[in-house]
Amino acid sequence: MNNTFRILCSVLLVAGVAACAKKAVKPSEPADTTPAVSQPADNAGRYQVGDLDTDACLRQRVVYFDLDRTEIKPEFNAQISCHAEYMRQFPNARVTLEGHADERGTREYNLGLGERRGMAVQSALSGAGASGGQLNVVSYGEERPVDRGHDESAWSKNRRVEIVYTTAN
Amino acid sequence: MNRLSLRCFAMAMLLAFVGSAFAQGLSIDITDGSSTADPIAVVPFAFEGAGLPPETDVSESVRADLARSGKFFTLGRRDIIEFPTRESEVKFATWRMLKQNYLVVGRLADAGDGALRVEFELFDVARQSRMMGLAISGQRTAMRDVAHQIADLVYEKILGVRGAFWTRIAYVTSVGLGQNTQYALMVADSDGFNPQVVVRSREPLMSPAWSPDGRRLAYVSFERGNSSIYLQDLSTGSRELVSSQKGINGGPAFSPDGTQLAMNLSFGGSPDVYVMDLATRKTRKVTSHFAIDVEPVWTPDGQRLVFTSDRSGKPQLYEVPASGGDASRLTFQGQYNARATICCDGKKIAMAQGTGNVYRIAVLDRATTTYSEISPGNVDESPSFAPNGSMLLYAATEGPRGVLYAVSADGRVRQRLVLADGDVREPAWGPFRQR
Repeated sequence: MNNTFRILCSVLLVAGVAACAKKAVKPSEPADTTPAVSQPADNAGRYQVGDLDTDACLRQRVVYFDLDRTEIKPEFNAQISCHAEYMRQFPNARVTLEGHADERGTREYNLGLGERRGMAVQSALSGAGASGGQLNVVSYGEERPVDRGHDESAWSKNRRVEIVYTTAN
Repeated sequence: MNRLSLRCFAMAMLLAFVGSAFAQGLSIDITDGSSTADPIAVVPFAFEGAGLPPETDVSESVRADLARSGKFFTLGRRDIIEFPTRESEVKFATWRMLKQNYLVVGRLADAGDGALRVEFELFDVARQSRMMGLAISGQRTAMRDVAHQIADLVYEKILGVRGAFWTRIAYVTSVGLGQNTQYALMVADSDGFNPQVVVRSREPLMSPAWSPDGRRLAYVSFERGNSSIYLQDLSTGSRELVSSQKGINGGPAFSPDGTQLAMNLSFGGSPDVYVMDLATRKTRKVTSHFAIDVEPVWTPDGQRLVFTSDRSGKPQLYEVPASGGDASRLTFQGQYNARATICCDGKKIAMAQGTGNVYRIAVLDRATTTYSEISPGNVDESPSFAPNGSMLLYAATEGPRGVLYAVSADGRVRQRLVLADGDVREPAWGPFRQR
């Protein structure tokens, strides 16, 4: 439901962008559909290249997931929106979405799970204004844990998608 | 390519050095004895050659193999009170008194050109009869191979099943964390000795699979930035990229005749099972489903593939004709069943079975559709049957690291193979070797 709505929004947005100039009008900014986090909306349309390192929202590059889940939790909508907005502003920006899983389950299956998560972030980013050609999904499955522990605190850090800019602008 | 194989070679040399510095890379502990094992005495073999005996203690290697199998209880060296080297020196009463069912004696002699000839004899103590007497020759440096072959022959003579000690195993190691992780694809003897680096990488390596002739490994490497499937010749070190499509390139598995490679590829949107003809490099799609279809393995007749799919929600094992068609679900017990390994003419399938946070190795008997759990850990995975079906290797997690276990097919006898450093996983037991 929410997704459909956002995709619809983004279609309108993309149409708007195509019709108008590079910097789109604020009202259709998809960040409006997310819970009230003001930062990305404030910055919408005004990102500078250096903001990737300094902007509080853009500096967040990891989306975490629940066990065996690939849905993006609402608390990451703001992060998705600001990155989508940045990518919309900088069409030459390229991003690799690195999907990861925790250690439970088999390695090949976890590659699939990591890819699904990467694709969930990909479609959310495209839905929020990034273009498909800017995004590339690579799944590492459980091969690259950030925490090698064997409990939920480690697992929850490892179930993630990392947003990696390969070209900033 | 040339430079790469040179580098691999250099790495192998380095590891050979490191390996010897750490004694042996893998060590064995028997963690659970078996009460039904057959008592057997392997008497230290006499060295009747010139100069020094070989580095390998042949009879001790034979003894260790038989003990590892769980089928034998071997007499400790301290309990051996007589040292016959040939039939004429054997006093059966002594071995009967020591409650031994079987006795192995032998001797090593020069065979010219630096080679040694190992003669050995196997006796049935109760019947006071010689069951077998054979000789195997080999270079002094190949005495471990000779010992494993002797253990195979003894095993087969007594149990009527071909031994699988003279085989090799492949596995993946990782050392370090984050960007500093070093991955290596390794090959070792079935007892963990003689570890050799096949490939070393700063990017993940996964899913080693043996060709049926034991000469090549297929595996997954991320060195190109995404998962790709490579084939590598173990004797020459030459390798080739066989699949690097967009998305996942994973789960390689050679067909029993070695002409085809099953794999899972996700360029179509989600991982599906494909089969590549290795001569033409053409792939055909075997499964078509929006679910995750991964980890295909061949049935021994080469007609079907067993794979993991979450099309019903959680991962379960399914079977599909290798030519394509409808898949049928095989596993209905347990929340999570994945990573199949097949043995015994397809009659048994082992898998990683998950319930809650606990993953263990289970063996499905297809005739009775009953499961037996054969591992006791919490994160046990990647089972791989020995080619004779008598044992399996699997990966377990102990404390901060991954270790390998070899377990008898009935789950009663386990031994741990531990790497001195880092994480060891994804064991793949190689095929029988050609004598």
